[in-house]
Amino acid sequence: MSSTTTLTEVHWFFACKTDDVPLNGGVCVKYKEEQIALFHFSRREEWYATQNMCPHKHQMALSRGMIGTQNGEPKVACPFHKKTFSLEDGRCLSDEAECSLKTYPVKIEEDRVYIGFYGGFDKLSLTNI
Amino acid sequence: MKVVVIGNGMVGYKFCEKLVAKFEPGTYSLMVFGEEPRPAYDRVHLSEFFSGKSADDLLMAPANWYADNNIILHTGDPVKEINREKKAILSHKGLTVEYDYLVLATGSAAFVPPIPGVDKKGVFLYRTIEDLEMMTAHASKAKRGAVIGGGLLGLEAAKAMIDLGVTDTHVIEFAPRLMPRQIDDSGSKILQSKLETLGLTIFTNKNTSCITGDESITGMQFSDGTSIDVDMLVISAGIKPRDELAKAAGLETGPRGGIVVNEKMQTTDETIFAIGECALFNGMIYGLVAPGYEMADVVVATLSAAEKAFAGFDMSTKLKLIGVDVASFGDPFVPAADCRTVVFEDTMKGVYKRINISTDGKYLLGGVLIGDAAAYNMLLQTTKNKVALPENPEDILLGSRGGDAPQGVGVAGLPADAVICSCEGITKGAICSAVEAGNETFDSIKKCTKAATCCGGCAPMVKDIITYTLKSQGKYIRNVVCEHFNYSRQELYDLIKIKKIKSYDDVLDELGHGDGCEVCKPVVASILASLWNEMILVKGNDTAQDSNDRYLANIQKGGTYSVVPRIPGGEITPEKLIVIGEVAKKYNLYTKVTGGQRIDLFGAHVSDLPAIWEELIAAGFESGHAYGKALRTVKSCVGSTWCRFGLHDSVSFAIQIEERYRGLRAPHKIKSAVSGCIRECAEAQSKDFGIIATERGWNLYVGGNGGSKPQHAILLAADLDSETCIKYIDRFLMFYIKTADPLTRTATWLNKLEGGMDYLRNVVINDSLGINAELEAEMQSLVDNYKCEWKEVVDNPELRKRFNHFVNAPEEKDPSIQFEMMRDQKKAAGW
Ligand code: SRM
Ligand SMILES: Cc1cc2nc3c(=O)[nH]c(=O)nc-3n(C[C@H](O)[C@H](O)[C@H](O)COP(=O)(O)OP(=O)(O)OC[C@H]3O[C@@H](n4cnc5c(N)ncnc54)[C@H](O)[C@@H]3O)c2cc1C
Ligand code: SF4
Ligand code: FES
Repeated sequence: MSSTTTLTEVHWFFACKTDDVPLNGGVCVKYKEEQIALFHFSRREEWYATQNMCPHKHQMALSRGMIGTQNGEPKVACPFHKKTFSLEDGRCLSDEAECSLKTYPVKIEEDRVYIGFYGGFDKLSLTNI
Repeated sequence: MKVVVIGNGMVGYKFCEKLVAKFEPGTYSLMVFGEEPRPAYDRVHLSEFFSGKSADDLLMAPANWYADNNIILHTGDPVKEINREKKAILSHKGLTVEYDYLVLATGSAAFVPPIPGVDKKGVFLYRTIEDLEMMTAHASKAKRGAVIGGGLLGLEAAKAMIDLGVTDTHVIEFAPRLMPRQIDDSGSKILQSKLETLGLTIFTNKNTSCITGDESITGMQFSDGTSIDVDMLVISAGIKPRDELAKAAGLETGPRGGIVVNEKMQTTDETIFAIGECALFNGMIYGLVAPGYEMADVVVATLSAAEKAFAGFDMSTKLKLIGVDVASFGDPFVPAADCRTVVFEDTMKGVYKRINISTDGKYLLGGVLIGDAAAYNMLLQTTKNKVALPENPEDILLGSRGGDAPQGVGVAGLPADAVICSCEGITKGAICSAVEAGNETFDSIKKCTKAATCCGGCAPMVKDIITYTLKSQGKYIRNVVCEHFNYSRQELYDLIKIKKIKSYDDVLDELGHGDGCEVCKPVVASILASLWNEMILVKGNDTAQDSNDRYLANIQKGGTYSVVPRIPGGEITPEKLIVIGEVAKKYNLYTKVTGGQRIDLFGAHVSDLPAIWEELIAAGFESGHAYGKALRTVKSCVGSTWCRFGLHDSVSFAIQIEERYRGLRAPHKIKSAVSGCIRECAEAQSKDFGIIATERGWNLYVGGNGGSKPQHAILLAADLDSETCIKYIDRFLMFYIKTADPLTRTATWLNKLEGGMDYLRNVVINDSLGINAELEAEMQSLVDNYKCEWKEVVDNPELRKRFNHFVNAPEEKDPSIQFEMMRDQKKAAGW
């Protein structure tokens, strides 16, 4: 766990305005060459960000998926084959064998939405160290 | 305790799973050697490799499962030698590992008969993923194929060839009939003629004498002097147990192969076990997974000092071969003198059923089902558990024919120790107790008992047992929508209507709990649309729509969308055709005439959708609702305007109907058609509602569909005038919309409706429920409220914004989308 210090080096990327995101829905954000799915779970007053690519068939689709909960845990369902993933830690809820999603922190300042990226690393590779 | 497993196939894997579950971590060390390059995968579903499953999809457990459970797995490293004195094994890569207990799970290999020429290029086996990869590579060049062996695996291999595009395929069987070991003579005949209608050529009584060709196969010669030309061959002539390691180590093996084991699965060395397809028990090799899993269980029990013995295993099977159900259970071949046999045969439909009943008429001994094996689970359980038969035993095959309720044996009649899921060995009692302990859904039963998680064949029966247990606990069984709503769809529909609720969030607040999910959202969204017919993308209802509804288009492979303008009755002017062509050209869309008499434009970027529709709408088109659980097409034949047989103008009537019900949202999609005479060129009897012209008016049929389970519509009323016909359709559709479960087509709904067609006729024609005036008024208000949803999007800048791919780069398209070219048009790149 020697590199935990890098965890604090979050770079906050301005994604969009809060009202650019539909209530209880998602949009896709372009960050460098990456695609990030950003969700406003307005019913719970929560924001989430994950990779946009569904690991199942590598489709850039999760931002167009439906969100909801399973036993109180927020999740998103891919529009293609309805595999569901936890918005909290990205793990696949419908199929243990499926890969997890990368997740990113989100912060709101007034009407601006920011997504957090870790300097050089992403969160997933850090927690694996 | 040091345990080494040789072979990481289905049974070897199951042994690890059972061992890990039984023993505390730290009390054992477990090492597995597998010869194949990847961890254990599901061989039973191997053929799904051809219908799109990847090697990863087929894995029994992900690669990290082994490490997570402290199992050391060496793949691609076969064991070469067993040293029984030193109690150690030597692997191909040179590892020496000592064991306290050794488990041989080496399975079997395909048996290759000594025919000259079997080593030629283009000759394959059918057992591993590598075999399938090699077949795939070769098949693109092959035109005519053959399979040696007309047993279960041979027929699967033949199906695989057809899937690979080698449609001219022969099956060559040495015995006088197909599947000689599982089914009887008449059953084989029906199966054969069914498979022949699907395009296979079948030779029985044929013995291959040699395979011809220089380097690659070009043909086959048979001992009767005939020959055929083929450029691809799969050999599936049986299996040969992998006993070579055991033999070399001096363990006893059978004369025709197989490692001899006792009832504890011990070989002649009591520290060495053999399980699965390599084990020979009582002179028999068990070539199915369920007995292999049972053997694995016996070894784990023995290692934990529990008493458990293998007592042979029932070899009943149910399969779908090339789309044809084939099942055999118990003893399918009891000689006529020792039993009473009931046979049902329908050569037209290709259905054959035979049951063997004890001479006293009390018990079921076994039987064969071809073409329709729906009764398999029940018959198998009745046989295995010696359940007493009803007074007229033939009823369990044919249903009661006296008008009373069917006399069959239900799940209630099964004893608690009846094994329901034979793959995992789960009894009825175990399922009932799990339900009583609060696991009241199919999913939670699957999780906590593992029933129905392997081949899935027992799933319908597991569901029946859950319902039966809940009912016997006095619980009211309802088809609740999901964890967020404690109501069925019909109850929700009524409540939303009475309370006049108009948005998803309000429905959730008033009638549900929690925050919703992908199951209840589209159900509620569809009810709201059926009730109020408001624009589906407003009032916060947009994100409650199924993804296709939300973008008013069907999403496709790669993430593009399709555009399907409505073409009522299939009638279109040359001017409009030109507009479609121009739009397709401008936005580079793949263009195809659909099976529903209209034109589909595929491959549109989400951000192009509003512009495309703007142009189409300007030319007079409107949404075709190809994306919605809504009215699709009303097909029509050309009718009396041109056709010399036409009785009425079917095109005009089809257009009138399509325009009346366009945009109507329902529990599932609805299709219709109008034919101008009984020749039925519009195929109206395959639709949810279909209309056929008669001398005196129209015949109205309801409850048909094509799709995976085709069913013909049934006549609701005859010789109607146009106005009455529409009135009946209004009532029928509205009654369906109000009462059907989610995603249930009219055919399935009607099949489940208590009282069936007689009841429906009474409601729709005789107004037995006194609701017809209400049904008609509700339909009229939906018709009056219709607006084209694409027009509303095109005219509304706020809604248009929702169709950008990137929220922070609206002008950019998704760069990951890729196309390939085929016959001068684009197609989506593969997954
Ligand atoms: C385009 C078309 C195939 C074609 O190239 O001809 C088609 C394409 C699709 N069909 Fe179909 N079906 C098409 C005619 C049919 C027909 C034939 C017909 O309508 O005469 C059938 C059988 C008849 C029937 O439905 O009773 C048919 C039975 C299905 C089914 C199975 C329904 C069932 O109850 O078993 C599905 C799956 C579903 O709806 O859940 C399906 C689903 C689909 C979907 C929507 C799959 C999906 O969710 O992505 C396909 C998407 C098309 C797209 O991206 O636009 N499609 N589909 C046809 C469009 C007709 C149209 O103009 O709207
Ligand atoms: C196409 C197909 C369809 C089938 N359909 C059905 C069905 O519908 N229902 C059903 O019940 N059964 C079906 N079967 C049969 C079923 O797959 C087998 O019964 C089952 O796989 C047997 O499991 P096993 O572990 O004993 O053998 P296998 O799955 O063959 O595994 C044995 C493994 O051991 C490895 N091995 C061998 N020797 C060594 C060594 N010296 N060192 C290391 N590793 C070694 C092999 O490479 C192999 O990976 C089907 C089989 C096929 C091929
Ligand atoms: S049959 Fe229908 S759903 Fe299946 S591939 Fe063809 S278009 Fe798609
Ligand atoms: S691509 Fe996402 S579930 Fe299949």
